[in-house]
Amino acid sequence: MSNVDTSAHGHDNAHAQFDTKPIWRTFWILLGITMVELILATIHLKTGFPNKYVLNGVYLILTCAKAFYIIAEFMHLRHEIKNLIMTIAVPALLFVWFVIAFVSDGNSYRELRNRYDKYQLEQSNKVVPPAEGGEHEEAPAAKKPGSPE
Amino acid sequence: MAQAIPAGQKWWSGGKSPFNVEYGKLMMWYFLMSDAFTFGAFLISYGTIRFSSNGWPDPNEVFKAFPLMGSTNLPLVFVSLMTFILIMSSVTMVLAVAAGHAGDQKKVTFYMILTIIGGLMFLGCQAWEWTHLHNEHAWWGKNPFRNANGSVASTNFTNFFFTITGFHGFHVFSGVVINIIMLIKNLRGDFARRGHYLMIEKAGLYWHFVDLVWVFVFTCFYLL
Repeated sequence: MSNVDTSAHGHDNAHAQFDTKPIWRTFWILLGITMVELILATIHLKTGFPNKYVLNGVYLILTCAKAFYIIAEFMHLRHEIKNLIMTIAVPALLFVWFVIAFVSDGNSYRELRNRYDKYQLEQSNKVVPPAEGGEHEEAPAAKKPGSPE
Repeated sequence: MAQAIPAGQKWWSGGKSPFNVEYGKLMMWYFLMSDAFTFGAFLISYGTIRFSSNGWPDPNEVFKAFPLMGSTNLPLVFVSLMTFILIMSSVTMVLAVAAGHAGDQKKVTFYMILTIIGGLMFLGCQAWEWTHLHNEHAWWGKNPFRNANGSVASTNFTNFFFTITGFHGFHVFSGVVINIIMLIKNLRGDFARRGHYLMIEKAGLYWHFVDLVWVFVFTCFYLL
């Protein structure tokens, strides 16, 4: 504790920096972004207008915006000193590689499998009537011996 | 930035924290980093499997129920309510932290109670959703839903859904427990005696992180 200023002097500064106005502004921003996402999803459901791929890109950008506001304002990171911000933000950049590498790996696996396993490709395009009861009509993979219920 | 730090402050010359935060708070940040990578690994493996599949169930077909509404088709409504509850409880948590900075013990108690209620409401919503899906015969290893193109789906969808929302729900649960402990300590006057409410801030960081993860879970499972 001795290395951080929690004395009365620091207290006054802290008091000034914790204005509740930015909290509520952040709340309205987060709520607004979520509403936009829901409205876009509903329009897409009703009309199919924004192309699903375009829409997914929009969702991801809006999600990152929400994440930024939560981390910067609610978790207060934006008001910390630069040393601390960098020690959090630089390792988080690993996610950029992480997402691109693994998702493209999955995609490449799907393409290779479709090229060399025609049976699987045929099966994945075969329309099956929806299950009524649900219990006895499961994918073969679901029938594990000894699974509960 | 707003902390009125003297210009030319030498952070690395010893005698003070080079990050200008208390040790426990810094370690909470690093714990949250590691937790972020755990959740990231879960969500990215979900993305990898989804990209490697030709078909996937349409979330608007799966998550369309609302309590007491029977079989009315209401996609996205319930999950929006859950999102709203969690954002709201995050707001009350920051207000508790702000009250702690002002040294107002009564207000801290008030906002901590609101935060705990929000967390319990979220857990209740999730319990309802899980029960509903289980009644539709969805569970680990069981997937009654068809792919969006009408073909038979694998159980990857339900496995990932229950594992990731379950892991997140467990975080919410432990967050609620931590908040209850903080509330009790505040009621006992521990923080008032100590002269600062840094423990509330650390619990708050954890709570906001849970909200942050939900933002990504919401996008990955319900929107994409």
